[in-house]
Amino acid sequence: MMRYVDLHAHMVSRTTDDYLQMALTGCVAVTEPAFWAGWDRSSADGFEDYFRHLTDFEPKRAAQYGIRHFAWLCLNPKEGEDRQLAREVLSRIPRYLQSPTVLGIGEIGLNRVTRNEIATFRDHVELALEHDQLIHIHTPHLEDKYKGTRTIVDILTEYDRIEPSRVMIDHAEEHTLPIILENGFWTGLTLYPQTKVSPERAIDMFERYGTDRICVASACDWGPSLPDAVPHFALAMRRRGHAAALIDSIIYGNPIAFLGQSPKFDVGAEPRSGEAATTVSPRDHTAATSSAGVAAA
Amino acid sequence: MQPGVIPSPKTGRELVDEYFIENRTRLLEIAAFLDRLDRTDASLVDRDFRVRAFRDALRLLDARPAAGEAQTRVERIQHLLSDPTTEPLEKLDTKSARGAYDRWQLGVA
Ligand SMILES: [Zn+2]
Repeated sequence: MMRYVDLHAHMVSRTTDDYLQMALTGCVAVTEPAFWAGWDRSSADGFEDYFRHLTDFEPKRAAQYGIRHFAWLCLNPKEGEDRQLAREVLSRIPRYLQSPTVLGIGEIGLNRVTRNEIATFRDHVELALEHDQLIHIHTPHLEDKYKGTRTIVDILTEYDRIEPSRVMIDHAEEHTLPIILENGFWTGLTLYPQTKVSPERAIDMFERYGTDRICVASACDWGPSLPDAVPHFALAMRRRGHAAALIDSIIYGNPIAFLGQSPKFDVGAEPRSGEAATTVSPRDHTAATSSAGVAAA
Repeated sequence: MQPGVIPSPKTGRELVDEYFIENRTRLLEIAAFLDRLDRTDASLVDRDFRVRAFRDALRLLDARPAAGEAQTRVERIQHLLSDPTTEPLEKLDTKSARGAYDRWQLGVA
């Protein structure tokens, strides 16, 4: 049976039917970057509730389908213009980093490439460095992608403390993928039905550049998107004639290679049915229940 | 264009056999979109940067990359549609991108 990790999925916006579909198609783990809700949150408290949702409730929901759920925390680039709010939210992130399912800081990055967005991006990069976290980065869409990706890569290469292999610069397309890979970062192709990369174009990029340091993900969220975009990609690979082992290395091996750099990441054994809600708790349950306020009931 | 790192398991002929019909459909969708615009307002190409960008992209579709030309069709179209500037914006103007860069300063119709 096919197995995969969806490295970029906004599960708070999805239904239990979506979890079911993902489980049925071989999904063993998802990682969920903190992002924009489609509307602006009104306060740092609003973000904190979101962080609790991501670190407490969502892992339990996923566990009911045998799927491990991990999260990335930040104030996203779509709300990064408000510097005051960004500072307040940033000050609340560190205690959630103790949560056993938080892998790092993300998805940070840029939206329209403004001065304030850049300042908020830098603050997050520094927070990640200070706490030795993996970084997951959103690049802008459409006409802003090229400029935003170049700006992000330029900023990151200024920091000698950054190990590029611990950074994923996501939402790459044909004109940004080489810039990211040449600088040693990981990258992701997000498979959206309308606005991003189709499975066919993603396969073209693998054929051209190889499979090193490139992942695919659904980036499913509250907009038109597919929670089973990764198995659709796998099917498209088979239709193009690619071997099962190659497909497995892209949809399972690659995300595990990147995410496994965090000691918290583990695809684990799937819980037996009936004990899902309790087995979600990670290895060190006491640490989870301490300062971060992520304790399961 | 350089050969890929992972060779296509299918031959060119096999790719055509498998994918011709669905790409034929995409071609007709684009033709119908342009006809629809002509039927409603044929002057849009001079008044809306998105339509201008679309028309220029169509020209790139048909142009075979010259020998030694590193960029593929997709890359050239991606660059045509991208903001080529490097300076950050002073302030956030709009939350969402519009899909093309207005290099002609045409605005939207
Ligand atoms: Zn996202």
